[in-house]
Amino acid sequence: MTTAATKRIGRPDGAPPRTPHGRHFIALCGGALGFCLLLVIGQVVLIGSQGLAYFWQADLELFTLDDGARLLGEVTARETYSPPDAAGLVEKPARIQLHVANRDLGASDFVWVDERRIVARTFPADAALLQRVEWGDFHGFVRRLRRGEQVVAEGEAAWAALLARVDAGDALRAQLQALEKGELDDVNHELEKARLAERRVELDAPAAPERERRLAAIAAERTRLDARFRAIAERTAALRAELDAEVVDLVTASGQEKSLPTGAILSAIRPDGMGVFAKSGLYLRRVWEFLADDPRESNTEGGIFPAIFGTVLMVFLMSIAVVPLGVLAALYLREYARQGLMVRIVRIAVNNLAGVPSIVFGVFGLGFFVYGIGGTIDSLFFEEALPRATFGTGGILWAALTLALLTVPVVIVATEEGLAAVPRAVREGSLALGATKFETIWRVVLPAAAPGMLTGLILAIARAAGEVAPLMIVGMVKLAPALPIDRHAPFLHLENKFMHLGFHIFDVGFQSPNVEATKPLVFATAFLLLVLVVAMNLTAITVRNRLRRRYASSGV
Amino acid sequence: MIQKSLRPSHAPPEPRTVGSREARTPMPDSPAPPDRGANASDIVLEVDRLSLYYGASRALDAISLRIPRKRITAFIGPSGCGKSTLLRCCNRMNDLVDGVRTEGDVRFDGVSILGPDVEVNELRKRIGMVFQKSNPFPKSIYDNVAYGPRVHGVTGRSTLDAIVEKSLRGAALWDEVKDRLHESALGMSGGQQQRLCIARAIAVEPEVVLLDEPCSALDPVATAKVEDLMLELMKDFTLVIVTHNMQQASRVSDFTAFLYLGKMVEFGETDELFVNPREKQTEDYITGRFG
Repeated sequence: MTTAATKRIGRPDGAPPRTPHGRHFIALCGGALGFCLLLVIGQVVLIGSQGLAYFWQADLELFTLDDGARLLGEVTARETYSPPDAAGLVEKPARIQLHVANRDLGASDFVWVDERRIVARTFPADAALLQRVEWGDFHGFVRRLRRGEQVVAEGEAAWAALLARVDAGDALRAQLQALEKGELDDVNHELEKARLAERRVELDAPAAPERERRLAAIAAERTRLDARFRAIAERTAALRAELDAEVVDLVTASGQEKSLPTGAILSAIRPDGMGVFAKSGLYLRRVWEFLADDPRESNTEGGIFPAIFGTVLMVFLMSIAVVPLGVLAALYLREYARQGLMVRIVRIAVNNLAGVPSIVFGVFGLGFFVYGIGGTIDSLFFEEALPRATFGTGGILWAALTLALLTVPVVIVATEEGLAAVPRAVREGSLALGATKFETIWRVVLPAAAPGMLTGLILAIARAAGEVAPLMIVGMVKLAPALPIDRHAPFLHLENKFMHLGFHIFDVGFQSPNVEATKPLVFATAFLLLVLVVAMNLTAITVRNRLRRRYASSGV
Repeated sequence: MIQKSLRPSHAPPEPRTVGSREARTPMPDSPAPPDRGANASDIVLEVDRLSLYYGASRALDAISLRIPRKRITAFIGPSGCGKSTLLRCCNRMNDLVDGVRTEGDVRFDGVSILGPDVEVNELRKRIGMVFQKSNPFPKSIYDNVAYGPRVHGVTGRSTLDAIVEKSLRGAALWDEVKDRLHESALGMSGGQQQRLCIARAIAVEPEVVLLDEPCSALDPVATAKVEDLMLELMKDFTLVIVTHNMQQASRVSDFTAFLYLGKMVEFGETDELFVNPREKQTEDYITGRFG
């Protein structure tokens, strides 16, 4: 800048120059945004990579130690450490964590091995990994397959025979499960109905002939059901016998012997002999099992389908409850109520409601919904089932309603904003055509405010899907025996307890008997919850954008 | 001074002369006792010593005038003179404003419409309104036009189709939009939107259409189209238009009322009022000395 120019339009002499564009401030703002992005991306990447790695099958490595001990397992970690004898060492020694499995034989699932003690590391091609119904995985070698004392196959032939038996076992287990979840479940259901009917007779205390007649009918029904039950029990016993008919003799790396009925084996693989292609197939199969199967062994194995289902259904029920409630309340506040002190107080109260800690809502839900309303329903309609509570205990309906209460302020605020954005001119246009106020609201204002309502719903879903604390006291459980939807009328059982991904993460990660094994499961479940919330949000956002396009405003 | 000869070339083919108009209609008189002049049956709206207060301030001061059937009547005057307020009294849109109080009376076909027992929605069906700023609903073109009939209980696809086509033709919009009836009305141009609002208003077959500065947000071409439309609509409807555009008033209206500071200064035949105003204030205003 020339002196002349400075003279003409510059600052007074000696004054410090101003930064016209606030360059430093822009840098600060950009930095803050960048930091936020970094945190979010870091979170997704960490959870995603850790979670997705869980399904990949590593090779089984055989360690021979200096004292002759042999360990077979997957390497899960390596770190340097300071052993007691490390005082004089220049370089810190490393240790390796090995997942040796065989929980029923050894002391623990995972062992740490000092690298200095390892004499040899090999990848034996015949090292087998068996997934079992109980006790987690088995790492070792297959010796022979036998039926009773008679040997069916031995050596390498035993492996092929075992694979065939495992496949056959899959089919048998499927039959068994179909029987148990189908017919047996039906019979149990009918038996329970008979029990309740009997209890009803006691409660009604009818005259003697009527009483006799009803009890006789129930007894006849019982006899019939007992017969059916016995028939089914015979069939299941036969299936079980077939499952356990053949036994496989195994030996671990350290030479311990173990015999296992083939029916207890879910899958058998030899990871060291598998190529990348085969392992990829295995990966996809495991992801699918994770998504579609029930949990096993107190949630440390198997899938998490009930938790996914419970989360989605609960959020769905919550949406059904919260949208009408919030929208109607917002309509009254914005369209009908006289705007004055009272409305302002109500609005402040609604906004404050959004800040109430969620556990407080949980306590309220327990006291009001579960014990209050649920208890009343039980005493009125489910008297014969008492003292066992039907609705008077935590359940998915009460959980959904509690969360609806928790999220209703969000919906009210968003809907109010949507309503306020509908121009006065449009309302007048409708009124000038002879429409009543209700018709104007119903046919013009509400459709135009629909995107606002959906914004509220999106926020509500995002909040509700991740909420755990209040659910723990209104119906969420570690392991739900049955899904809230089943084959018995009325199909949707709102009183059932349910599983939830948020709680599942906590349970698997911090309440599990085998924390080391379930650590990756925490990440996998967390990643899934993340994906689920994003998916539900994206659905709502898509709907909203579609509505926005339909009611695209052009500055009216 | 503005002459009828200034009417633009887009005027309807049948030139309307002063003589022919007088032959068709009896002339209502300026603010005068109700029994003077016109045949009462040809008066649609009669404003009788109407005063209106917003809280304590008086917006209209004892206004009396009579609006003839199937004619165009214009209210002119500077901003804030009360012309829109007067217009909105005719279909009770002022009810929506808190703290409005009226004195005097407005009679529609001889029946008072200001009383509490008036069915306002029925009244607004018979006296439609088009606003200063086009205000189509955020719906499709079809649904905009069909809105009024639907509200008043018309169902049946074919009936609605017929009403929509008739109304859009009536608003000279049919040929422009017939291929995109189910697209959003908000995608139309400003002039089209305003004509859509007119189509929407006439879809319920009102007797009177009130137009509150309908062209003030439009460009000259769109304005010309709307003015043509008004002249066309006059065959079926009584039109009352508020405008601050004096050329517009002189081009389209048969009668003009000049309001100033809530009072009606002069009401008479448009030609008469513009060429030969009786009042000094009127002359000052139309010659552009103030306002």
